[in-house]
Amino acid sequence: MGSTSAQTNEGLGRRDLIKRSAAIGLISVPTMGFLSACASGSGDGNAKVEKGTKSDKNPLGVNESAPLDFVLFDGGFGQQYAKDAIKVYETNYPKAKVKFTPTQKITTELQPRFNGGNPPDLIDNSGAEQMDMGVLVGQKQLTDLTALLDAASVDDPNKKVRDTLRPGIIEMGQFDGAPVWVLYYAYTVYGVWYSQKLLDSLDAKYPETWDEMLAVCEKAKKKGIAGWTYAGKHPYYLPFSLYPMIGKVGGREVLDAIDNLEPKAWEHPAVKACFEAYYELYRKGYILKGTPGLDHIQSQTAWTEGKALFIPNGSWVENEAAKTMPADFDLAVSAPSGLDASDKMPFGTMWASGGEPFIVPAKAANPEGGMEQLRIMLSEASSKNFTQSVKSLSAFNGGTDGIELTPGLKSGVAALEKAGQNVVNPRLQDWYVALQKEKIGVAGIGEMMAGRATPAETIKKIQKFADEAAQDSSIKHYKHQ
Amino acid sequence: MQHGKYRFIVGFLAAPLALYALFVIWPFIQSIYYSLTDWSGLSPEFGFVGFDNYSRMLDDEIFWKSLQHSLTLAVVLPLVTVGLALFFAFMLNVGGRRRRGAAIAGVRGSAFYKIVYFFPQVLSIAIVALLFQFAYNPNSGAINSALKLVGLGSIQPDWLGDPDLALICVMAVLVWSTVGFFVVLFSAGMASIPRDFYEAALLDGASRFTTFFKITLPLLWDTVQSGWIYMGILALGAESFAVVQIMTVGPNGGGPDYSTVVLPLYVYQKAFRDGQAAYATTIGVALLLVTLAFAAVVMKLGRRERLEF
Repeated sequence: MGSTSAQTNEGLGRRDLIKRSAAIGLISVPTMGFLSACASGSGDGNAKVEKGTKSDKNPLGVNESAPLDFVLFDGGFGQQYAKDAIKVYETNYPKAKVKFTPTQKITTELQPRFNGGNPPDLIDNSGAEQMDMGVLVGQKQLTDLTALLDAASVDDPNKKVRDTLRPGIIEMGQFDGAPVWVLYYAYTVYGVWYSQKLLDSLDAKYPETWDEMLAVCEKAKKKGIAGWTYAGKHPYYLPFSLYPMIGKVGGREVLDAIDNLEPKAWEHPAVKACFEAYYELYRKGYILKGTPGLDHIQSQTAWTEGKALFIPNGSWVENEAAKTMPADFDLAVSAPSGLDASDKMPFGTMWASGGEPFIVPAKAANPEGGMEQLRIMLSEASSKNFTQSVKSLSAFNGGTDGIELTPGLKSGVAALEKAGQNVVNPRLQDWYVALQKEKIGVAGIGEMMAGRATPAETIKKIQKFADEAAQDSSIKHYKHQ
Repeated sequence: MQHGKYRFIVGFLAAPLALYALFVIWPFIQSIYYSLTDWSGLSPEFGFVGFDNYSRMLDDEIFWKSLQHSLTLAVVLPLVTVGLALFFAFMLNVGGRRRRGAAIAGVRGSAFYKIVYFFPQVLSIAIVALLFQFAYNPNSGAINSALKLVGLGSIQPDWLGDPDLALICVMAVLVWSTVGFFVVLFSAGMASIPRDFYEAALLDGASRFTTFFKITLPLLWDTVQSGWIYMGILALGAESFAVVQIMTVGPNGGGPDYSTVVLPLYVYQKAFRDGQAAYATTIGVALLLVTLAFAAVVMKLGRRERLEF
């Protein structure tokens, strides 16, 4: 048999061999198809555990011996607070066994389980790999948590869980209509963060109007300090102070219109005025050099080193930047500065809302157990434990008495008090993740703040993104009620 | 001789073919099927929607952007990498001055250079990407600091933060990390070229330049072609994804104003961030077609008469 030639008549040539084996391949493909067709798309799902009997101590009717499967995002808040709450669950239900899985790979670990129809009973769906909540709701994959909210609270049997929560928490968990699909456990204060000590050393007060803001930045610039820095690689941090400013200048309706993806929502004069105000920071050179190329950690580090005065951020920054923050930094947060006295809302208007979304999947085997675990976490004791160990407020209203608050947390509580009813809660970032982070954030505001687009161009671009999202039938749309 | 040959062949090929079909062909067919549905990737239920995903893809601006970037990578990366590697390999093996009587030798210290070039190959691409992310840091990174050091403090680009530079920065990292592999590959190829060819060329007074284009390159053509395809597929697939995802700006990478988004990254974002697994498989099918087309074009362009020696 010739080794390279197909011309010889005796023996099977290489070319023949290839042709014939290709034919076999073609036949075997459909055959294999039959075999593996059975393998995909046949999630039989979990068998639900039987319900237990309701009692005063067990208002949700948890099956006392059923196992609980709890998956937690192991991020900025760590896992100890959840472990502590699990201990309480296991004390209350000694026959139950809790399977606890802390992970940072929420989607990687849970997407197959959702697809297979056997998701865990309780999930902290958070972090960079968060599953899109809008999609989960739209696909009917979540349990309505109304039963939990109507159950008696751990601390006071005459008080329902829903009456112990901070304002806005329940609304955030609703997508359209009454059911509550998500319970946000942490309570995040967004705003402009700074070192009180550095501000004092400039002999300045936190600016309430934009003219004062520019004056403070000018003062800082003379001392070689930049006015602002931000997570340039994740410019969707800028809205943490920009959106409440828009709300303050133009009123809540402007933010609601933006969230509802209304046509021309971004063309409102308040949006334009605020964009121009921020652009002014770039134009006057008040932004730390190189900021567009920094990520959140790098920009926070530059800021804790005193290279920049202000940074838009959320209350997790105290925990996250703890390593590089000098002991006498005197961290403080303030509501964003407005434009001038003609603003629709008073100074103090700020963005605060729930963080760390907890969900109970619709196909969970033990949904009552998942809710019961949440009920325990929403007790005063667990909430205090959380606040104390991770320097963040929880959804439980109050629970800060008698514990010593860190400077940032204390400043956050004071800012919340000052805000009173003037707390705004823009929803783009949980309703339309891609639109908010990538399109408005990176491609829109990020480009503008790097000086590569004017405010007018940016608004036009963002309005186009919003219109596209409004028309995109593959996205589920939500509206403020 | 002929008796039972079919039985023999079938016996030999059945098992590997079955495995190939199950793990290679079947997933392709499956993803083509999923691309015709509205599967979200977050629940086992989905419906059949026909070619909706495909018409949506054709209207998707970001798809076109990522396709354009992927094609740029597939054209530029092999060109630069293979070109550089050929140059280095030639210098290391043939380009040296004659000394100690050897007719053919590399430049001085070529054994050392070979190790240096190969070194990045030992590092995982994730580590390489992270390293360069720090180097590109506009504030305190190695590159801008070096510029400052040599008195070019006025030039401080944002590198990965600048849409005009980001894709070039990414490509530079990919070239840096893969060129060593091809240097070694081509060195091995050059070693098998008979020395008398070179000696004859030297006797005729051929320059290095002529030697390379008249002897080395034609005799190395098969290796170059494989390297070319391999690099192109690398540029279209996993390596470009890793580098872009780790290094560049944005929620999951993609660069400022979509300046570095590539097809595999877009597939990943749609499937695992936006919960649109069906649309992601549609883009995956497009990526498959692009890869096949790339291989076909290179094979067609690269077809040459085989030289025997």
